[in-house]
Formats: sequence, structure tokens, C-alpha cells
Amino acid sequence: MPASSFISIQDVSKHFGSIVAVDDIDVEINRGEFFALLGPSGCGKTTLLRMLAGFEIPTRGEIFIDGEQMSGVAPYRRPVNMVFQNYAIFPHLNVFQNIAFGLRKDRLAGDELKTRVNNALSLIKMKEFGERKPEELSGGQRQRVALARALVKNPKVLLLDEPLGALDKSLREQMQLELRQLQKIVGVTFVFVTHDQEEALTMSDRIAVMSAGKVLEVGSPDDLYERPQTRFVAEFLGTMNVFDGSVHARDGDSYIVDTRDLGRIRAGVGAQEFSDGEKISVALRPENLKIVNSQTSEDIDGSVSGVMSNTAYFGNSAQVYVTLDGSEQALVVSIQNQDGAASNVAHGSRDITIGWSRSSVLLLKDA
Amino acid sequence: MSLWTRFPLLKGYALVSPAVLLMVLALISPLLLLVGISFTVETGSNDEWAFSLANYEFFFEKSHYVNSLGRSILISTMVACATVLLAYPAAYFIAFHVQQNKMLWLIMITLPFWTSYLLRVFSWKLVLGYNGVVNSGLMWLELIKQPLDYILYNTNAVVLTLAHAWAAFAILPIYVSLQKIDKSLIEAAYDLGENRFRTFMRVTLPLSMPGVVAALLLVFIPTVGDYVTPKLVGGPKGLMIGNLIQAAFGRLDNWPLGAAISVISMVTVTLVVCLYLYGIDRARRLMV
Repeated sequence: MPASSFISIQDVSKHFGSIVAVDDIDVEINRGEFFALLGPSGCGKTTLLRMLAGFEIPTRGEIFIDGEQMSGVAPYRRPVNMVFQNYAIFPHLNVFQNIAFGLRKDRLAGDELKTRVNNALSLIKMKEFGERKPEELSGGQRQRVALARALVKNPKVLLLDEPLGALDKSLREQMQLELRQLQKIVGVTFVFVTHDQEEALTMSDRIAVMSAGKVLEVGSPDDLYERPQTRFVAEFLGTMNVFDGSVHARDGDSYIVDTRDLGRIRAGVGAQEFSDGEKISVALRPENLKIVNSQTSEDIDGSVSGVMSNTAYFGNSAQVYVTLDGSEQALVVSIQNQDGAASNVAHGSRDITIGWSRSSVLLLKDA
Repeated sequence: MSLWTRFPLLKGYALVSPAVLLMVLALISPLLLLVGISFTVETGSNDEWAFSLANYEFFFEKSHYVNSLGRSILISTMVACATVLLAYPAAYFIAFHVQQNKMLWLIMITLPFWTSYLLRVFSWKLVLGYNGVVNSGLMWLELIKQPLDYILYNTNAVVLTLAHAWAAFAILPIYVSLQKIDKSLIEAAYDLGENRFRTFMRVTLPLSMPGVVAALLLVFIPTVGDYVTPKLVGGPKGLMIGNLIQAAFGRLDNWPLGAAISVISMVTVTLVVCLYLYGIDRARRLMV
């Protein structure tokens, strides 16, 4: 089947002996997209990336890049380049030679080679570092050299394997923005593997969430965060309160759902249809929950009372852990720290009521 | 407070003293003695000695001596190169293609070393000899009518025997340096468009150079002074400097001469090693 999109992964599986690393995956990636493969370790995301690079050969299925079938094409003949997890900077070469490594074969004239390497060096803001040896570079600098070395080849697709995993937190946040900007400048399709959901949310145009060798959902960050279709995605992206429940009936534009922990509640109708009596999961984001008191003015369609068991103070916000009355289950509530709201709650009464609006209740299949 | 805590340096000296003592007694003093003897000559019959450069003059006057030193350097260079060329593929195979039981493979490589060196040299004599395995095998295959008499008692036989004898000393350091190479560097080279051969030349080989250099030196330096192998399989044309040193200390009973040849040989080996290291360094820069 010829591919319509830029990268087309069709029915791809990869087995290592009896282990199924990638299980019958279909993904379409558009030209110029920043695409993330997100999942916990061992979900097959790196194997999928390595199949795009040509380091692993699919057991079944086809991969097309820009209309060309990739099976049987050696890694060194593919129009892709990779940024490795540990950067794989050649230790016996200096920065300039590392970046020029892939250009030697293209038989560029000396001047053009120099120009291209120098352009790449200024792209990563490391013009003065050409003569440096890799061991003299910091983690962030190595990462940039790895990027420049791959981008200088003008690949159709840049593959990044956990590129920020080895950096410390503040550097990681800075590099997230830089990577995003860089991708906008060069316009190359980025396919990017990460286990860090925050990273995937900040950087990507679209995300494929993977678990146990399968792609569960593909969508934009806000789609996946605000309207997850599966319990795994709901729990993997951000913090989520999830309860088991079953559909009682549909009532106009809402479902009436029975839960053990929250009682009978109403939920807005989303993209998914449910039948009466179907077992489902009910999910509530901590930031959509509110502490109800006499001044609460917003619409509250449902509420539950409990005892505050713990609070975690983050400065700009705080998380309140509530043990629900008549249930073991804890509920996480996130409150914005406006006018000292967080410390007011922390020092207020321990018996509190939590409320939510009907539209913020998410119903998920596979309970 | 004990003596050790009051004088921490003392503890350090105490710890190194056995090694230092051994070095002084077994290495440095004999070496100094050797250098000392090489500058003496026996003047009378009553064990009288005098300072003299006669032994060195004697050495450089005899072209036979100088030639055999040159031949030794040449043979050892050939041995070192041959050993590394034979050892590299073996080390590469174990490092990159053996997945399990690497230790077993390494032990198997050192297995020949469990037998005596002499036995191994004699075995080569049996293999290469007039009625040896090679000749009788070729005759049986009717590839030759008469046994070949040029495969034993010459330089090639010495090179072959020594290369086999020192194989493990080359395989192990090369294996270690190959094993240390991060596999993602090789993948990165493929990813950047280089095929297997070019990747080997530009990444694997340069990164394994420390092992190759170690192997070259480990084989080259001791084989220059070897005298058993040339004596047994080398014939008259395969004699090396070690045979002359042995003769001076033994049959000729001329210790000062033997000492002088030893010193000259050591100095030459040092110079040649420096030359090789310089050459390898230049070559490595050019390869990149």
C-alpha cells in the first residue's frame, strides 16, 4: 500500500526471540511535524525509533519515508539521522571533525565543507568550540554537537532517542525550548522518543502514547491531556484521579454514572458512546476539582466530602490529598496559590467538601 | 597514638618498600652492573679489570654483529606486525560477535600457553620439518613430489613460530580496547552514511589503536632478545642478537662483550620503539 503521509508505519511488529517489543503498530507522521513517541520504559518506543533508523529490521510490516519503502535499506542509505541517547560523540575527533564526519562521504570541496560545518556550529551557538575535544564539553554542549552532526546532513527526518534524558532539570527545560525553536528554523520532521510526559507535552505537535508494544492513542498534547480515551493515557499524562464505575443511563447531554467512591454522578457526553450498564473508568483532573465553601460561586454539578490527609506545597500551587468519607480512596486536588489560598487551606479545617463541574468528568473505556 | 597515625608518610613507605626492594635488587642493580661490566676489559690473568670502550668498538667493527642486531629488529617488527594482523580479527570476533561465554573464548586462546614454550617451538619444528606435517600433507595431496626444504630453518619459520607463541599477548589488549568501544559510536557512523568498511577505518580502528600499540610493543620488545626460537627453527640465516649475547656469556666466556651487546640492544630497542610510536601517532592523525 503506498503511503500518503510523510512517514508511514504500517502494521509493524518486532519480535526479539519470544519477546514482542513492538506489536502491530500503525502510525502516520506528517512532514515538518515534531512527533513524540511517549511511553514507560520497555514499551517499545526506542525499538520503533531504531526501526526508522534501520538499526532494527521489522519482523513484519512496512515503513515508508517520503514515499520510499525502507525495508532492506541499510542505515547508511536512509534519509534519516539520529541523535543518540548518550549522544555518541566520537571521542577521538574534535567538535569540528565530529560534525564534519558525515560530510566526508559527500565529497564536498574543502571550502563548502567548512562553510556547512561552521553554519551548523553557529546554529547551535558553538562557533568558538570547533577545536574542542569531546571530553572538554558539558552535557548540554555534547547534546548540541550531536544535533548539529545529524542536522548538517540535511536529513528528511531527525530521530531523537531520549535526547534530554542525561541533562539536569534546568538545562533540560532550556533545551526543550531550544529544540523546539531549532525545529521551527530547520523545518525538518523530528521524531522524538521520551518517557517524560511533561517533555512530550511541551515540545510536540503530536504524541503517540505507547504501552506494551502498542500505540494506544495519537493526538495533540491538549487532545490527549484533556480528552484521553483510555485509562492508561489518562493516568500516564499528568496526575489523574481515576475511579471504577458503571453507566446507569443517558440523560440528554449527560451520562448518569454510578461509582463506589463518589456515589451517583453526572458526566458530560464526550466523543465516546457508552451503553447502559457498561463498566467504565471515571477520571477527574486535580486542577478541575475545587474546594467548596460558602463563597464558592462556580457551577458545581457534583461534590464529595472527605478529610484532608496531607498537603504538598509547590509555591505557585499546592496539592491537597483528601481521604473520601466511607472509602479508602484518596483524591488529589490541585489549587492555585492566589492570595495565599494554599496556606489558608493547609491551616483551615480538615473536613472539606470537593466539587466539580459536569464537563470536567471524563469517562474512559477499559475500566 | 600509634606510629602509623603519627607519621602517615611512613605507612606509605612501608607499603611500597617490598616492591621497591625487589625492583632494586632484581632489576636496577643487575642493570647497573650490566652497564658497568660493559665498560670494562680484563687486563691480566689475575682478575684485573680496567675501564675501556673496547667492547663497544669491537661490536661496531664487526659487521656480523651489527647486521644481526638489524636483523633482530627486522624480524621482531615482522613478528609484531604478523601477530597483530592475525590477532586483530580474532579479538574483533570475540568482542563483537561472541554474545555468550566470552571468557571461555579468551581462555581457549590462552590454552596453548599452558604447555611449555620449548615444547611449542619443538612442535613447530615437527610441523615445518623435512618430514614434518606440512611436507607430508602436501606430498599426500600430491601437490609436491619432494619435501620442501625451505620452510624450516629460515627467517619465515622464526616469524611464524614467534607470532604463534605471542598471539595471546596481542589478542588480549586488542580485545580489551575493542570491548571498550561504545557500540552506539559504530551505529552513529552508519547513521552518518558510512558503510561497514569505512566505519571500521574511521571509528573502530582508531578507537582500538591503544590496544594495537600495546600489542605491538608487548610482542616487539621481548622478541628482539629471544634466542631459543631462532636457535631451534631459524638456521644460520635466522640467528638473532639474543644468540650472540648468549654466546658471549656462555661459550666465549666474554661477559664484558655480552654486557655491551645487551646494552646496545636495549638502547636500540628503546630508540626503535620511540620511532614506531611517533610513526603510529602521525599515521593516526592522517587517518582522521
